[in-house]
Amino acid sequence: MQAILSQVMIGLVNGSFYAILSLGLAVIFGMLNIINFSHGAVYMMGAFAAWMGLNYFGINYWAALLLAPLVVGLFGIIVEKTMLRWLYKLDHLYGLLLTFGLALIIEGLFRNFYGASGLPYSGPEAFSGAFDLGFMILPKYRAWVIVASLTVCIATWYVIERTRLGAYLRAGTENPQLTQAFGINVPRMVTLTYGFGVALAGFAGVLAAPIYQVSPLMGSNIIIVVFAVVVIGGMGSILGSILTGLGLGVIEGLTKVVWPEASAIVVFLIMAIVLVLRPAGLFGREK
Amino acid sequence: MKTNVKILYLVLLGLAIIAPLVGAYPVFLMKALCFALFACAFNLLIGFTGLLSFGHAAFLGTGGYIAGYAIKSIGLPFELSILAGTLAAAAVGYLVGSLAIRRQGIYFSMITLALSQLIFFIYLQAPFTGGEDGIQGIPRGKLLGLIDLENDLVFYYVVLSIFLFGFWLVYRTIHSPFGQILKSIRENEPRAISLGYDVDKYKLLAFVISAGLSGMAGSTKTLALHLASLTDVTWQASGEVVLMTLLGGLGTILGPVVGAIVVVTLQNYLASYGSWVTIIMGVIFVLCVLAFRRGIVGELRAVFNRT
Repeated sequence: MQAILSQVMIGLVNGSFYAILSLGLAVIFGMLNIINFSHGAVYMMGAFAAWMGLNYFGINYWAALLLAPLVVGLFGIIVEKTMLRWLYKLDHLYGLLLTFGLALIIEGLFRNFYGASGLPYSGPEAFSGAFDLGFMILPKYRAWVIVASLTVCIATWYVIERTRLGAYLRAGTENPQLTQAFGINVPRMVTLTYGFGVALAGFAGVLAAPIYQVSPLMGSNIIIVVFAVVVIGGMGSILGSILTGLGLGVIEGLTKVVWPEASAIVVFLIMAIVLVLRPAGLFGREK
Repeated sequence: MKTNVKILYLVLLGLAIIAPLVGAYPVFLMKALCFALFACAFNLLIGFTGLLSFGHAAFLGTGGYIAGYAIKSIGLPFELSILAGTLAAAAVGYLVGSLAIRRQGIYFSMITLALSQLIFFIYLQAPFTGGEDGIQGIPRGKLLGLIDLENDLVFYYVVLSIFLFGFWLVYRTIHSPFGQILKSIRENEPRAISLGYDVDKYKLLAFVISAGLSGMAGSTKTLALHLASLTDVTWQASGEVVLMTLLGGLGTILGPVVGAIVVVTLQNYLASYGSWVTIIMGVIFVLCVLAFRRGIVGELRAVFNRT
């Protein structure tokens, strides 16, 4: 029982990362019609920004949690302004190819300067212990990761579905020309959306830094799983992405208890089953 | 075929025949030819059907592992080993393809990538692949039981024949009525459906042909290098074939060959610079997409057509 609960816990932590990352992918895809292959690379940049902040400038975890997404988001804005902007009229696949190239560049640069092995990054003092719940031991930091990422996910959902800004965004997704005709600066909104989606990934990277080692390879390991999550959930619904991410994380954790060898592939297997039974994805609207 | 195009093909064939005799290293040439065949097979999908598969390494790797296992552990002759690798890759291609064509566009790419990662983990853990070590010391066997293939120069001409066969098959496919239907799917899928074509069946058949030829390239490469390893199944290898095709020119017949030769040559010369290879490949990707979408052959063709 102990083992199962702690695996569910680890599953929830992984699932929160899947949720934030697939949410970012969905937001970017909605607005830009681009699948951001460099999403894993910017997640890794977030973790590295936290590590570099601490080791070069003495910036602590809490400041990094705020600053790293900003830095990464700014990087995203520059990428959008200088490169992605030229691809909107072309086939979707060019966006995928460009961001794939960017991912190779980013990963290669970090690997060149920091090697392929992981660098340790310790989390905040306040969360170093663990809660003893009687039936299981719950490390404080893991609990914080789940709470923090769920808060961010739900806040994003709220902004997009319930506020005026979100309404502009949804309108821009639905019909950019008409939205622009109403006097809304759609190109700027596109830029900011990309920056925001990328910043979400950076935020996830900072959260992940104390749990996993900070390594140039951490992004490419996770991004393919997140793609499968996106295929399973479909990118039409924001709450759908969050639920799918968390659910798959838990299933992956449980598989580790029952059949450890299969834990790396269980998400892909579920994707195959979903494609047979519900080709459009669990929450999908084909676009 | 126009006369000057025919002459171009003959000149290239002549170059391929004399290359190892005038100092080019046969093993390097074999590797380049195998990747060229791989890229041609890939181009059949992206260039002529409009499907971007991001998991083609799974078929290259399947071909390699099955052919290597067949010739080394089962002791099948050379020809049957290559055939086994090709058929195995086509079978895997059938499975992956029938799942992936259930979704369109960008989802298709993500599904193929995810399924190829699934296949990667299976080969990582399956007992017959040797895990991280791969299958090493694979013999090449004898051609028709007579000619010893361990001689690199002899084997180069076998590889060249296999490449030419694959290239011819792709060429014939593209120029057949079947190929015309594939093109119509690329240009306007709803219209092809409305004309009464069972689009999914055509896409799947194209996918299986492409996977089978990729497997043939993988089988040949494994025997040429005496090694089947996990490198060929990684997502990086899937990315490489996309780069080769993009750099050479999507939807051109010679583009993938040119792209493969350029990329393999680059990797060969930059091998000692470690992760700079990855960075340079990334830069080429970005440049190709932003400024150079027609690729080397596409740009050259545009220049010649203008004059």
